[in-house]
Amino acid sequence: MVDDLYQETILDHTKHPRNCHAMDNATRSAEGYNPLCGDKLKLFIKMDGDIVADVSFLGSGCAISTASASLMTESLKGKTREEALKLLDKFHDLLTTDSPVSKDMGKLVVFCGVRDYPARVKCATLAWHTLKSALGESPEPVTTE
Amino acid sequence: MSTVRSEIAAGFDVQKVREDFPVLKQTIHGMPLVYLDSAATAQKPFAVIDAIRKFHEVDCANIHRGVHELSQRSTAAYEETRSKARRFLNARVTNELIFVRGTTEGINLVASSWGRHNVKAGDEIVISAMEHHSNIVPWQMLCEEQGARLRVIPMNDRGELLLDEYQKLLNPRTRMVAVTHVSNALGTINPVKQMIEMAHQAGALALIDGAQAAPHMTVDVQALDADFYCISGHKVVGPTGIGILYGKTKLLEAMPPYQGGGDMIKAVTFEKTTYADLPYKFEAGTPNIAGGIGLGAAFDYLNHLGLDKIAAYEHELLLYGTEALQEIPGLRIIGTAREKAAVLSFVIEGIHPHDIGTVLDRQGIAVRTGHHCAQPVMDWFHVPATTRASLAFYNTAAEIDALAAGLRKVKEIFS
Repeated sequence: MVDDLYQETILDHTKHPRNCHAMDNATRSAEGYNPLCGDKLKLFIKMDGDIVADVSFLGSGCAISTASASLMTESLKGKTREEALKLLDKFHDLLTTDSPVSKDMGKLVVFCGVRDYPARVKCATLAWHTLKSALGESPEPVTTE
Repeated sequence: MSTVRSEIAAGFDVQKVREDFPVLKQTIHGMPLVYLDSAATAQKPFAVIDAIRKFHEVDCANIHRGVHELSQRSTAAYEETRSKARRFLNARVTNELIFVRGTTEGINLVASSWGRHNVKAGDEIVISAMEHHSNIVPWQMLCEEQGARLRVIPMNDRGELLLDEYQKLLNPRTRMVAVTHVSNALGTINPVKQMIEMAHQAGALALIDGAQAAPHMTVDVQALDADFYCISGHKVVGPTGIGILYGKTKLLEAMPPYQGGGDMIKAVTFEKTTYADLPYKFEAGTPNIAGGIGLGAAFDYLNHLGLDKIAAYEHELLLYGTEALQEIPGLRIIGTAREKAAVLSFVIEGIHPHDIGTVLDRQGIAVRTGHHCAQPVMDWFHVPATTRASLAFYNTAAEIDALAAGLRKVKEIFS
């Protein structure tokens, strides 16, 4: 049932999003937009060399996109740029393929339920698409369309 | 509420009507389907499905060009829909009805064909704050191309157009007033007869987007004195990809063709082409013949039920639904016009419409969530999106109860 999608961890992060604030000393930032539902998100990253030292976001969106952004910020801190991008690929696979769930995904496995809701994949990936843009060579606003 | 419910049942045999719609007899995620998205597209009765099937099984041929029996049959059936459309909209003559893909194409046809020849730099086009994107963008494109100005009639917080402000917008530069008869996002029924009269007094023409009106009320283009009126087949229980543009003869005759091709010509040489007379001048290429025939069956079906009866029943449903939703704490209905069609657009504090839509879907309830192709309306009400339950004559009070129960479940999950 619908509880598979709205698991407790997701509802917790929806109601109490972590790292949800602007960042004055960010070294990178990017904006994401989902035209389908009007979700908007701004991502802030502070890089220390090649390491993601701090990450935060601001935005308004549905439960899935808010929880996804919140959990993403938690899972990125301390990772290298390459590790972060690798995690993005795994996250995408988690949502869009039937492949077995990778063991090193931590709390992100709660998004496994999104597989059964194809219309909501874009909600869950908005923050991650924005991350890709922020970590790219020339950050530009992204849309999920 | 039980009295309202029994009154609904007394006036209209909805259970018998539901038997005509095969799609309604199914379960979604183990629950009976509750289809509340008819403003997006209406479901189809057997009469329409069978007409399309019969065309493909028995009469299939191209129209207007064969001397053989099948071509004559399909031509007759397709053209019969034009006559039915004339009666459905009460146009004066059949030549005033142009087959198009839908309301969007109808508006584009007028903006392109009429617009490019009649709108000059400095001229003005008036639309309203509650238009669907399809009645904004074609005019915006025209204005950009011609150096004209797009002006917008504002609305109040109930979602009603401000006619005083509209009057102030009208001036000798106004060429066209393009407004919706019924708002898809808010349900507002606009006083289009009065608005057309005001446009005419200012020397402007008026185009009415009738996509949401035609399925729910009797439309009389002569009584309205509309210059153009557009409808979509799929909103009036017909198929997708077919619609009707009504235009007054003298306007259509003066307009150049919209697209070139077969069927819209009298004679073609490499030096010169003579265009066909109305309505064929605007109908290039093989059209959606099956769709046209299905649309004819849809007109028959609605006439058989009676649009006045449909409107009365849906109004009862709207009152019942409004009351049921207002009992849900934290729910705010967006669009509370005094004249309103059966659309219930709403937001619930702290819960995003997409989450509402997903939870309802898992209970078999189909609603639309998002901006409903009316982003300026969302901006005006300061919401990113709404949830919209749009009702049709095949919906029941019990389905509204299911919606209310579903919304209580939504609140449980996200509270």
